Amino acid sequence: MPFIPHTEDEVREMLAAIGAPDIEALFDEIPHTLRGADLSAIPAGLGEQAVSRLMRTRAAADRQPLCFLGAGAYEHHIPAAVWEITTRGEYYTAYTPYQAEASQGTLQLLYEYQTMMARLMAMEVSNASLYDGASALAEAVLMAVRANRAAKSRRILMPASVHPRYRQVVQTIVRHQGIELVSLDFDAGQGRLDPDSLPGDPGPCAALVIPQPNFFGCLEQVDALTDWAHRHKMLVIAVVNPLAMALLKPPGQWGARGADIACGEGQPLGVPLASGGPYFGFMCCRRAHMRQMPGRIVGRTIDLDGRTGYSLTLQAREQHIRRSKATSNICTNQGLMVTAATIYMALLGGEGLRRTAAACHDGMGALLHRLADVPGVAQHFTAPAFHETVLRIEGRPVEKVLAAMAEDGLLGGLALAPHYPALADTLLVCVTEARSGEDLDAYVDALRRALAV
Amino acid sequence: MRDERPMMNESPLIFEQSRPGRRNPAHAPEAPARPVDMPAELLREAPPALPEVSEMQVVRHYTRLSQRNFAIDTQFYPLGSCTMKYNPRACNTLAMLPGFLGRHPLAPVATGQGLLACLFELQEILKTVTGMQGVSLAPMAGAQGEFAGIAMIRAYHDARGDTARREILVPDAAHGTNPATAVMCGYTAREIPTDAQGDVDLEALRAAVGPQTAGLMLTNPSTLGVFERRIIEIAGIVHEAGGLLYYDGANLNAILGKVRPGDMGFDVIHLNLHKTFSTPHGGGGPGAGPVGVGERLLPYLPLPIVAREGETYRWLEESDRPHSIGRLSAFGGNMGVLLRAYVYARLLGREGMERVAEYATLNANYLMARLREAGFEPAFPERRATHEFIITLRRQARELGVNAMDFAKRLLDHGMHAPTTYFPLLVPECFLIEPTETEDKATLDAFAAAMAAIQHEAETRPETVKTAPHTLPVRRLDDVRAARELDLVWEGDEGKP
Repeated sequence: MPFIPHTEDEVREMLAAIGAPDIEALFDEIPHTLRGADLSAIPAGLGEQAVSRLMRTRAAADRQPLCFLGAGAYEHHIPAAVWEITTRGEYYTAYTPYQAEASQGTLQLLYEYQTMMARLMAMEVSNASLYDGASALAEAVLMAVRANRAAKSRRILMPASVHPRYRQVVQTIVRHQGIELVSLDFDAGQGRLDPDSLPGDPGPCAALVIPQPNFFGCLEQVDALTDWAHRHKMLVIAVVNPLAMALLKPPGQWGARGADIACGEGQPLGVPLASGGPYFGFMCCRRAHMRQMPGRIVGRTIDLDGRTGYSLTLQAREQHIRRSKATSNICTNQGLMVTAATIYMALLGGEGLRRTAAACHDGMGALLHRLADVPGVAQHFTAPAFHETVLRIEGRPVEKVLAAMAEDGLLGGLALAPHYPALADTLLVCVTEARSGEDLDAYVDALRRALAV
Repeated sequence: MRDERPMMNESPLIFEQSRPGRRNPAHAPEAPARPVDMPAELLREAPPALPEVSEMQVVRHYTRLSQRNFAIDTQFYPLGSCTMKYNPRACNTLAMLPGFLGRHPLAPVATGQGLLACLFELQEILKTVTGMQGVSLAPMAGAQGEFAGIAMIRAYHDARGDTARREILVPDAAHGTNPATAVMCGYTAREIPTDAQGDVDLEALRAAVGPQTAGLMLTNPSTLGVFERRIIEIAGIVHEAGGLLYYDGANLNAILGKVRPGDMGFDVIHLNLHKTFSTPHGGGGPGAGPVGVGERLLPYLPLPIVAREGETYRWLEESDRPHSIGRLSAFGGNMGVLLRAYVYARLLGREGMERVAEYATLNANYLMARLREAGFEPAFPERRATHEFIITLRRQARELGVNAMDFAKRLLDHGMHAPTTYFPLLVPECFLIEPTETEDKATLDAFAAAMAAIQHEAETRPETVKTAPHTLPVRRLDDVRAARELDLVWEGDEGKP
């Protein structure tokens, strides 16, 4: 039996010590009518070799196309050291650091992560992660309502340029707490909010959500939007791409006072695409709101001898202490992914992250330059972009174009029709530093072929 | 007592090893040839103040940090309700095959048939082993699974216009996520007491149910480590009052392959794959908390779900399940965790799953017998241990001034992680001990011996126990100070944003 070490002799000795005739006797408190579960539908166990063969065959179905898809998950170069270290057994098989003295490795790493994240976002405090970007935004919405008591409002302004799945997840998570998500339209030409078109009197609202970049890859005018929100007594929730923040103005520096909460998806920081997860959500905030922030937080302290050490802190916010009065029901964070992200950020450093982000933006520009020669393809929005943009396709339905490109071994982008009916002839394409000049040429060739039909 | 081991006693932050101008050119692209063509007001003025260290420094630093951790791979880790069983390496290697690891979540389903086959089969295996009619793999953690479960109960009652049901019942011994989840779904949590034998108080339950009852959340075996013997009656009481029954799967390891929550009358369950299905704990996540439902709640399952149509697989979406409670993540959930659980399930197979509960229960009962022999006091001495059991150290606390926390810290000096302490709240000075099925008899004997040694120390030189640990990188930490003088972000170099 896999992973069970007992010999028959040991089983006998153990039963003797217990005073039971057999293992079955140990289940004698369970009513007989509940026994006899029928597991015949579960296949018999396989040895490691057979399972390995099965999984290799299944993994090979993917065919590893050239990826120009973004839409919330991004392919970046991940240095080999990141996952070599992260999958060490001492990180991989460790538990939540509840016995702090036996978990100083994880705890110090989380403290370093919190420091790196706070600096990246230019915010005062960070937590030790949440599940993913979408659920982090949901938690930020709940937090803003708790923290902005003065507004006496459970309304949240949510731009339609925020990732559609994020908006769906927020809706699922907050719906039973009397919170109203009010949609804000984006400017159809620019592809982002227009600060001049915002209502003069929006009424009481707890917060404005500002994406940067937004789902279309466009850059929002974060200073004007932040100041507008603060003028109207709302908190600002920034939902951002963390890699982009090495190049772009970070949430803590938006407007006159900076954003109040910053959150988003940490996947670009050293976490592979992995078919969709696990990723991690990050959250930072002003010190003033710290006690409303969900998730684990690590603090630095001293031991009996005055030696520096680290432990989980402010646990009075969390479910195991506050129970029904907790800030959230969150228990787990995404410890392993944060380990990888911390090592990634240490390896690249601030300048390395900035250059990576700049190379992504550059690559986007290089692709657009090549596409200028392709008839039937145009950039749809006018606002400046980070590393994703919306292309308008004429001459053939977008779904067919993408299918043809997939046959050619490329993921050409995301058709926007399902989420934005008004953008029915468009696709969202992404370029990262992982795409070479040859890759960009391959994209253009495949697109030409797809349109030539 | 403490020996001077430089490696263990100094750990500067990565920031403190930084030197201005240090770079790793192998990893970042060259500086772009031309300035970034973006409006200046959108750009950051200076790069973030992250460490400037070499790759050698990074590798050495984070490798050394890892050596300051306890882990299943290195220590016995009998944390009750956490199921710290061996994490098979094959699960990691196979989940990280390039075809899975490099795949974009929005890539076409046509090239994802291998992945979807694994996920579909995992759904089916979880259905069978829990006795439920439908499964969604979407929730990313047990707590998200709980949220999904209670949200589905709410959707069910709301759909029937039964909106007077505002209460969720939870046992007073319940895990804190249970009442927290109830509140997140707009309910109030009402506690039901536990009796002296560790079962839910049936009279109290009868008095508490009524037209205001949306449901009852239960773990079985309970958080007290004993089987809820009258579960069939409990299910009857709640169902008759019109409520639904939610199963918290944290303790499924005790009954995996032996008893199914569906057969006990539960309408909705969540599993913790990072417990029962051995996916790694990773220092605090990621986990996965799939939910299973009976017939009544099928329409409400969270998305996405994998469906098979003939020979092909696809994702079900909103148009397929218009009454779904919705999505819980931007993409499908913690795919890598699900793949690890799938590999584990295939390695175990049906016979392997049947053995899990048997040997987990054998190990727990054996350890309880050994500790009892050594003079320790089980919380429920008349009851069988399930996969875990509780001992109380209240006598030691009262007579010797040495409490559960002290014993826990001294166990660390014996090279073992302590059991869960001070949970459940009902039992004073408690240890909740779960050895799991993957530990051998010698390890269990060593734990019993360590506890006996600490007991002896508590009687003869208690100060040693009260100031433990003595052999770890740090001595006992000041948690009160950590909360009072909050130091959450390093400012030693006055890091500029």
